[in-house]
This record gives sequence, structure tokens and C-alpha cells, in this order.
Amino acid sequence: MLGLDSVILSRMLTSLTLGFHIIFATIGVGVPVMVSIAEFIGIKKKDPHYTLLARRWTRGFTITVAVGVVTGTAIGLQLSLLWPSFMQIAGNVISLPLFMETFAFFFEAIFLGAYLYTWDRFKNPLFHWLLSIPVIIGSTMSAFFITTVNAFMNTPQGFQLEGRTITAIKPLEAMFNPATPTKVFHVISSSYLTSAAVLATITAIIILAKKGSVYHKKALKLTVISTFIFAVVTAFAGDLSAKFLADHQPEKLAAGEWHFETEKGADLIVFGTLNENNEVEHALRIPNALSFLAHEDFNAEVTGLDETPKDEQPPLWIHYMFDLMVSIGFYLIGMALLYLVFWKVKRWNEHNRLLLIGLALTGPLAMLAIEFGWIFAEVGRQPWILRGYMKVAEGATTSSHVDLMFLLFIAVYAVLAIGCISVLRKMFKNNPAELELEHRYPQVAAAGEEDE
Amino acid sequence: MGFEYIGITVLWIFLYGYLIVASIDFGAGFFAFYAKVTKNDHIINQLISRYLSPVWEVTNVFFVFFFVGLVGFFPDMAYYFGQSLLIPGSIAIVLLAIRGSFYAFENYGSKENPLYIFLYGATGLLIPASLSTALTISEGGYIEETGNGVQLLYGELLTSPYSWSVVFLAIVSVLYISSMFLTYYAHRAGDEPALNLVRKYALFWSSPTIIASLTTFIALSQQNPAHYQRAIELWWVFGISVAFFMIAVLLVYRGKYYGWSFIAVMFQFFFAFFGYGVSHLPYLLHPQVTLSSGVTNDTMGAALVIVFIAGLLLLIPSLVLLMRMFLFDADYVKGKK
Repeated sequence: MLGLDSVILSRMLTSLTLGFHIIFATIGVGVPVMVSIAEFIGIKKKDPHYTLLARRWTRGFTITVAVGVVTGTAIGLQLSLLWPSFMQIAGNVISLPLFMETFAFFFEAIFLGAYLYTWDRFKNPLFHWLLSIPVIIGSTMSAFFITTVNAFMNTPQGFQLEGRTITAIKPLEAMFNPATPTKVFHVISSSYLTSAAVLATITAIIILAKKGSVYHKKALKLTVISTFIFAVVTAFAGDLSAKFLADHQPEKLAAGEWHFETEKGADLIVFGTLNENNEVEHALRIPNALSFLAHEDFNAEVTGLDETPKDEQPPLWIHYMFDLMVSIGFYLIGMALLYLVFWKVKRWNEHNRLLLIGLALTGPLAMLAIEFGWIFAEVGRQPWILRGYMKVAEGATTSSHVDLMFLLFIAVYAVLAIGCISVLRKMFKNNPAELELEHRYPQVAAAGEEDE
Repeated sequence: MGFEYIGITVLWIFLYGYLIVASIDFGAGFFAFYAKVTKNDHIINQLISRYLSPVWEVTNVFFVFFFVGLVGFFPDMAYYFGQSLLIPGSIAIVLLAIRGSFYAFENYGSKENPLYIFLYGATGLLIPASLSTALTISEGGYIEETGNGVQLLYGELLTSPYSWSVVFLAIVSVLYISSMFLTYYAHRAGDEPALNLVRKYALFWSSPTIIASLTTFIALSQQNPAHYQRAIELWWVFGISVAFFMIAVLLVYRGKYYGWSFIAVMFQFFFAFFGYGVSHLPYLLHPQVTLSSGVTNDTMGAALVIVFIAGLLLLIPSLVLLMRMFLFDADYVKGKK
């Protein structure tokens, strides 16, 4: 119907599902951490503002979790439906982390239900807070396990393949492959970062729209400080990832950096465009920086794309994805730092309009960076589905109905997105924080107004 | 005992677990919708949502667990089922997606949206029907393998008496299991009006359940005679199942021991399901995949079993905690917490 073969269509449908799922998966990994921090501060400082913050975040979180769960189920099944030959091979080698991921998910599901429905059930509020710990462990561990699977696809090891027969399987070696440490670190830190930034955005927008109360200012401080910390950690993780690429997947780094020929003292190319002869134009060249980035030595040799056979080279447009991801990362660090400086310098107002607008942009940008980063990582290992072992085309289904399913899932995700947004809007619009504060903690609400 | 037997037993237990918890969930969705139409919703909706809200995600995980485990222990199944089930599988995903998210939208977000309740009720019956397709095609005769890969024969599937009897059985047993559970839960909550209503549902759905079981048996003898023969050899297992069915219905009919009655329902399905499963062997998918041909390599099998045991040590206490909080905590069930 769309006139494309099932390999392209399977790739399109997988990208669609994953692209949609990671929005909710990222929130699912990071928001429990923020909720737990807020609730803990609330208990320690005996400040109901933070407790209310945790409560309201959790309430919105339930909606995004629901979409995350169902799209996660979708991708879980689609792996076998769209890539049956790949799963037949991979099922032998990586079922261990896949299996463990469902355990982690199970664990999280059990305690999330318990957390949601026991807010006022314990005399000691710390008991309720304790329930948030297994939720964090569950969601972070499931990110960990599923990322090891993706890492395996980038640097497969721990098995031997003869035709379609697999022998000499070493499950742990497959799981802890060279890509695992940096990938897991980068995925988890960027999920925490993005969630903190998304929550900062919501707060900044509310303060912009109606000045905001003490509650909102506390929320902004908490979320921006978290953004700053997680952004620095993520930048560090990203640097480790680049070094990993230089050692183990040089073709991905070379395509991402437009580094065509192996050389010592390689320049870093920032931004720019390619003309039809694949020459770089309009770019910012930082001398020897790529060598330093890759090997911590300004004169180190960096492998170029010329060492990869033509039919095994990733597309060159991933350079834009890489640059966008990194630029956004620096923007997040910069904005958060600016807020912190304004807050520390007493004479400056950390709630000035321009600063708030800048902070309001952090959440959506961080989410975009997640998407760009994943596109870079995934397209960067094309044409392989199992780097060095199986090409994407050999793994795809031969079914002739993928086009119909692609259209069907576009419709489904559109409905889910609309439903999610409208329910979230309704949930918070009819019940602003001030109202809920007054309802739950009347004394605090009264005292808060006097402060201002 | 080889890893393949441990693997299939583990998977079958989880599928059984899913059968019970998902039936409660799917049936409850339909009853919530039916009660709305017949204007009885004020009686049972509170009851349903108090039980379901904390556990709906757990229900979903049982399913994920089953298919991830299946691919893990038997990677060949990923190939054959994956190639042939694109359309039914995608339909099941869509229904699950609509159901899961709209359940959350309705319960945590906007209350009382009639569209949500309709979708929730309708998908409750369509999901069991679409998922049962996977069990149907495992009997053989519905897929063919050619040079171009594996194809599902839709004509065969849609005109076969066996596939329709499985669909019918799936739907009525969902309603039966769910209403039996709700009867027990209403009784625990001390909610007389709800109890009277769901008890009627339970008694009503018991007879189609047993009739559908018999017709499925007969249709199986046409579809896969060898499997039917093996099932007949296990006649006593199915006999025990029928006995538990009679105990369950009798207890509900006499209005006593609702807890025991639901346990009898669980045993009824346990024996029927394991009788079916054991007689299905040695084929997982007739005739392409058998238990020993499809199994993963030994090292991975051992690793999976170890992880499985470790996982159970983590899950069982957590599940017990969840049940004590939401299923057996009398105050919570009665709506006081």
C-alpha cells in the first residue's frame, strides 16, 4: 500500500513505537526519583509543601506510567512480530536480561500500586516514603537490563554463530558487553535529568503565568538544582560514551563527527553542512579536539570512516543528531547554572522573566535530546541489527501486512497522546496547588500568605 | 529433568496466573459496563475499582512475563509465532493499549466518561478472544511454511469450528471467573446489594462455561486427533476439574463459603489448564516446534532458571504484601482506608 518493502516498514514501525515509548519510559525512570526526593525533604523538614509536591507529581505520573506500560508491552511484542529471525537468534543469547527486565518491571508494578494507594495509611510517614524505594529500584533496574540488551546489539559477544546455529553461549558475557557500562550510565543519568527538567518546565510555566506561590518557588529550586546535578553527571557519562565509541564502534563516531580519514590530531567538527561531494561546509572546527575527546590526547590517532567498507557505513546525517543532543546538554547545564548564580547573588532576582522562559524550555529540549541521542545511537549502527553478525534486512519479518499495522499504530499513538495530554490538563487545571494546599493543610496555606 | 520441562512448567504456571488475574480484570470491565447500561453501576463500580486500581499493572506484567519467558526458553517460538501472528498480535496490542491507558485515564483522571467505560468493557471481551488465537494456531493446520517464510492461513482460521469454540470458551470463562471473584470480594466487603448482583452473574455464567469446555473438546478431536487422544488418556485430570466446578457452583448457589468457592474455581481451571497443557506436549506448535527442538541452549536455560528462582524470592513476598494491603485487609476492602 505504501509501496515500501517490509524491511523499511518494519524499521519505520519499530522507530515509531520506540520513539513514542521512550518519552514515557524516560519519565517513568526519572520521576519516581524526583518524587522520592521531594517526599523525603517534606518529611525531614516537616514542610507540607514538598509532600504536596510529591503527591501531585505522583498523580500526574500515574497517567504517564499507564501509557509507558502499554507502549512497553507493544514494543515487547513487536520485537518478535517484526523481527522474528533476529529474536530467534537473540532469544538464545539475551533472554537473560530480557527476563530480568520483566522481573524488575514486576517489582516496580507491585510497589507502585502500593505507593499510590497508601498515602494516608501509615502513622509514620517514613513507611510510605520507604515504598518509593522499590519503585525507584524497579524502574532503574529495568532501564539497566533493557539497555544491556541494546548494548549487546551494538557490541555482541558471548556466543558463536554458525549459519543460524548458536553455540558456546556465555549469558553474563553477552550481558556485560563492552557497550554496557557507558550506555547504561548515560541512559539512566539522562532519564533523571530529563525528568527533573520536565518538572522544572512545568513549574517555570506556572510561575510565568501567574507569579506562583511559595510552593512553586520551592518546586523550582528543587527541580533546577536536580537538573544541574543530573546534567553534569550526564555530560560526564556522554564523554565516557564517546570514548567507548572511539575504541569499540569507530564507524559510529566517525560518521557522527564527519571524520572521514584516519589521522592523528583530529579536529572536532561542530555543526556545519555537507555538500554533494561530502565536503564539510559552514562548520566550526576545533583543532585536535576530537583526538582529545576520544583518547584524552590531542595528538592521538582517531579511526576514520574510510576504514569501514562502504556497505557497512552508517548514514552521515547522524552528525546533526549528535550535535543537537550535545548542544541541548550544554544548554541545560548553562540554564541551571544561571539560575543558581541568580539565586546565590542576593541582589539578582532568580524569578525574572527571561530566566524563567529559559528554564521553561529545558524540559521539552531535554526530551528532544533523548530522541536525538537514541536516533544517533540506533541509526549509527546501521546497517547492522547485530553489529558484525546480522544485518537489519535479514532480521525483518516477511509479512506483507506491516504497512497496515504501521497506519494502525500511528492512529493508536495519536489517541494515546491526545488522551494523556487532555487527562493531565484536566487533572491539574481543576485543582491548582493553592486549592489543594488549603484543602489538605489549611494552617500552612494561611501562614504561607503572610510570608509573602 | 531437562531445562525444557522446567521452562515450560514455569511458563505454564505464569500463563495460568495470567488467566486468573486477567480474567478477573477483563470480566470486571465488562460488568462495569453492563452495570452502567442496566443502571446498576452505583452498586458495584466502587467495589471493582477498589480491587483493580492497585493491581492492574501487575496483571499486565503476568502477560509480559509469559511472552518474554517464552522467547527466552524457546526462541524458535519467536520465529514461528512472530512470522505468523503479526495481525492478531498487533490487534491484541492495540486492545491492551486502549484498555490499560483508558483504565488509568478513567480512574486517576476524568471520572465517569461513558466512552472510557464502553472501551473498557468492550476490550475486556475482545482481548481474551484475540489472545486465544495464539493457543488456537498452536494446534496446527493454521500456518504454512514456504520459501518466503511463514504465513498464517486466515481462511482456515476464520472458518474453523475449533478456533471459534476457543474464542467462545475464552469469553465465557472470563465472565465466569470474574463474577465468581467479585462475589467473594463483595462478600468480604460486606456489601449485600453488590453480592446479590454479582452472585447472579456468577450462577448465570457457570453453565455456558462448562458447555463451551465440552464443545471445545469435541472440536479439538476434529482439529488435532492426536492431541485429543492424549487428552482422553488424561481423562481423570479433567474429571477433577469438573468436580471442582460443581463444588464452586454449589457453594455459591447455597450462598456459603465464598472464599472456598473461589479457591475451587482456581482449582477447576488449574486442572483443566494443566490437563490441556500436558496433553499438548511434546508439541509447542504442531508440527514445527517440539519441546526439545525449540529449547534454548543449556547454559542459557540454567541461567534463566536461576534468575527465575531469585526473581520468585523477590516477587512472592512483594505479592503477599500487595494482597495483604488490598485483598485481605478487611478495612481496605470495606472502603474504610
